[in-house]
Amino acid sequence: MDFVTPAFILDVGLLAMLLVVAFAIVRLRSLFAIVMLQGVFSLLCAAWFVSLDAVDVAFTEAAVGAGVSTVLMLGAMLLTEREAKPVPVRLKILPLVIVTIAALAMFYAIPDMPGFGDGTAQVNTYMGQYYVEATAREMFIPNVVSTTLASYRGYDTFGETTVIFLAGLGIYLLLGFNGKAGQWQASPAGEDIAGKVSDETSDGEGA
Amino acid sequence: MNPHIILRITAKILIPLIAMFALYVQFHGDLSPGGGFQGGVILASAVILYALIFGLDAARRAVPPVALRIGMSLGVLTFGGTGVAAWLVGGNFLDYTAFAPHSHHAAGQHWGIFSIELGVLFTVSSVMVAIFYGFASRVPDLSDKDW
Repeated sequence: MDFVTPAFILDVGLLAMLLVVAFAIVRLRSLFAIVMLQGVFSLLCAAWFVSLDAVDVAFTEAAVGAGVSTVLMLGAMLLTEREAKPVPVRLKILPLVIVTIAALAMFYAIPDMPGFGDGTAQVNTYMGQYYVEATAREMFIPNVVSTTLASYRGYDTFGETTVIFLAGLGIYLLLGFNGKAGQWQASPAGEDIAGKVSDETSDGEGA
Repeated sequence: MNPHIILRITAKILIPLIAMFALYVQFHGDLSPGGGFQGGVILASAVILYALIFGLDAARRAVPPVALRIGMSLGVLTFGGTGVAAWLVGGNFLDYTAFAPHSHHAAGQHWGIFSIELGVLFTVSSVMVAIFYGFASRVPDLSDKDW
């Protein structure tokens, strides 16, 4: 019983809770409950990342996954129905087959993965090891994640920032920031050709 | 009497703290977990919380969409500009050592990382709030019964 440490019990407990939440998300029909459970899923993931010593990733997961994306999903949900329509059984067979094959492929790949914290693994040798050693020598910054992200891998981070910028640009072009996109109508010579232009004003003051 | 008075009072106390925490995560990112991405998202969540509690129009007055447009471009420009500045002082693109080549404690790296993390903060926080505005401003106002 050497491996039953508190950390091991914590990992198993968190993963079991993840599994339960995932099944609940699949089974539920209420979109509101599903969005909330997705937030719970993210928060459990974040807790698990902390247990794996990936604090930076956990931080991001908690802020983005459990915080902002839950709100965004709620906003998107309010534009659609409150309930998901039931799917007929015959449409569920093909997805089930695909998911089963993918899961089997992943289980097949598990033995090829390096062990947790394995110092001889590919990612922990060569460049990874160089970053860890050189950070103390060259940077004088304690957080290796920051130096790797911002300096050694600055090009990657530049790319990520650009991707986020493009996401915002896409939202701006498609939806607009004021909810007016798609509402514009041509009025040649000041003449309203489309009848009454809908004037959408919303005051968010609660009841 | 507003039925959401407890929510509003709590949010009024929490929002400045969340914003302060975002800045702490941003500027302490060299020493502890955190950095531009996390700080940006937390800063955005302060604005989003404000919008959820006090309404979208109040949030739009506090953080107008024009500021988001400028902020998200400014972030990428700050990041790229740091790289170009490294060029101009004789280094490679994004090679921060060129800012202070003779420093014994890597001052150039510190400045470079500070600058690009600031750029990341601008872009991430602006885009997060922008996406929220984009969705939320399309939703008709909900009465409490709709939930």
